[in-house]
Amino acid sequence: MSKRRHYIAFFIVFGLGLIALNLPQQTISKVKLAIAGVFLPLFGLAGSVQKGIDHSTSQILPRQDLIRQNDLLQHENEQLRLQLMQQEDLFRENAQLREQLAWHKQVQWNLRFARVVARDPANWWRTAMIDAGTRAGVSTNMAVLTTAGLLGRISAANPSRSQVLLLGDRNLRVAAMVRETGETGVIRSGSSGPMENNMVELAYLPGNSQIKPGHTIVTSGDGGIFRKGIVIGTVVDSQTMAYGMETMARIKLAANFDTIEYVWVLMP
Amino acid sequence: MNFLSPILLLLLASLAVFFEAWFQGFRIYLGAQVHFLPILMVYASLTYGLGSVAALAIVGGFLFDSLSGNPLGVTTLALFVIGWGLARYKGLLLRELGYAQFILGLAACAAMPVMVLIELLALDANPMVGIGSLWQWGIAALAGGILTPFCFKFLDRVELAFNYQPVQASAFRPDRQIKRGRF
Repeated sequence: MSKRRHYIAFFIVFGLGLIALNLPQQTISKVKLAIAGVFLPLFGLAGSVQKGIDHSTSQILPRQDLIRQNDLLQHENEQLRLQLMQQEDLFRENAQLREQLAWHKQVQWNLRFARVVARDPANWWRTAMIDAGTRAGVSTNMAVLTTAGLLGRISAANPSRSQVLLLGDRNLRVAAMVRETGETGVIRSGSSGPMENNMVELAYLPGNSQIKPGHTIVTSGDGGIFRKGIVIGTVVDSQTMAYGMETMARIKLAANFDTIEYVWVLMP
Repeated sequence: MNFLSPILLLLLASLAVFFEAWFQGFRIYLGAQVHFLPILMVYASLTYGLGSVAALAIVGGFLFDSLSGNPLGVTTLALFVIGWGLARYKGLLLRELGYAQFILGLAACAAMPVMVLIELLALDANPMVGIGSLWQWGIAALAGGILTPFCFKFLDRVELAFNYQPVQASAFRPDRQIKRGRF
């Protein structure tokens, strides 16, 4: 093959690559989600296969096990109903007190269920794709959580799919608070070790911080994206930095990122 | 080669990207994701023409970046540099030998993350890189090297299925000389 053809191909592909790299950020997000649409049938097929496997597993599960599981769930359901009843009373009382003191009202969470259909294939980003998009009311910057705690936020959305930026990604920082002491800091990516998938850092705590292992970290609501009080994780250890001016803590995330299948999008 | 083989290669590339995004086994058990696109690029560059190499780089790269946090186009450039380099010197490479395939797969799977990382740093992106990345890099390169000979075997079979079978050599020679004796 002639050298000329080699160079022509080289310049065509490089030109195309450079054009793609220089597109505006919003256009890139839309183009990326549009290209990812190619995978829709495959995601659908994978979901169906998973459902089929689950169905056949439930078919071969012994009846006694199912009855035992059902009993446990019924028991748990009753307990949760009682807790809910008690909390509804507390919520009502709280709302009345807030009204009397003319404080702003607390709104209940409006959640939208979604399934995780894909994870970032690259090793250095933490993103995931969920099967809920703008058609379901999902839009960028909405918080995404599991029953265990915060997962991240929506970074891009198209009509049927959305991309979630997960906690621990270098592009996601969350204003956080130590529940026990009330000290505030910022959650940022950890040291990125492959064995430390569920660890992040809580930085910019005061130098004389009272933070201790086992303390709970929640969102502080200061960033304007995440509501106050969503659980992020627990403190593993802490150390003072910058000649004692600042404290940094390592946090074990409450949500297990390796096994997430279903998530909840916190709607406004 | 006919036009079906490169199309099949592009289909395989899209399946490979989907598999990487869908299957978490490597990430959970090895702590790193294994990449199949450099392996396919090694095969494409040693088997097909430069057009197929460019098509694989564009389609595979854009599909990969669409599911990833990478800026769109970084994987395309890295893949094409690998394919272009191999295609230029494919006359010198021992395509048929298993260990050569292993070395080429290992080198391609090791080179791609490095090139993408250089691009990301040049673009001022903020990838998660640390000591653990060396482990991820090593695993990805080694797995790529091990998988490449198997990939070559499989794709060669597919290639044969889409092409005319090679004609078997016959014992008959039209120019044979028949020596006849007296009887």
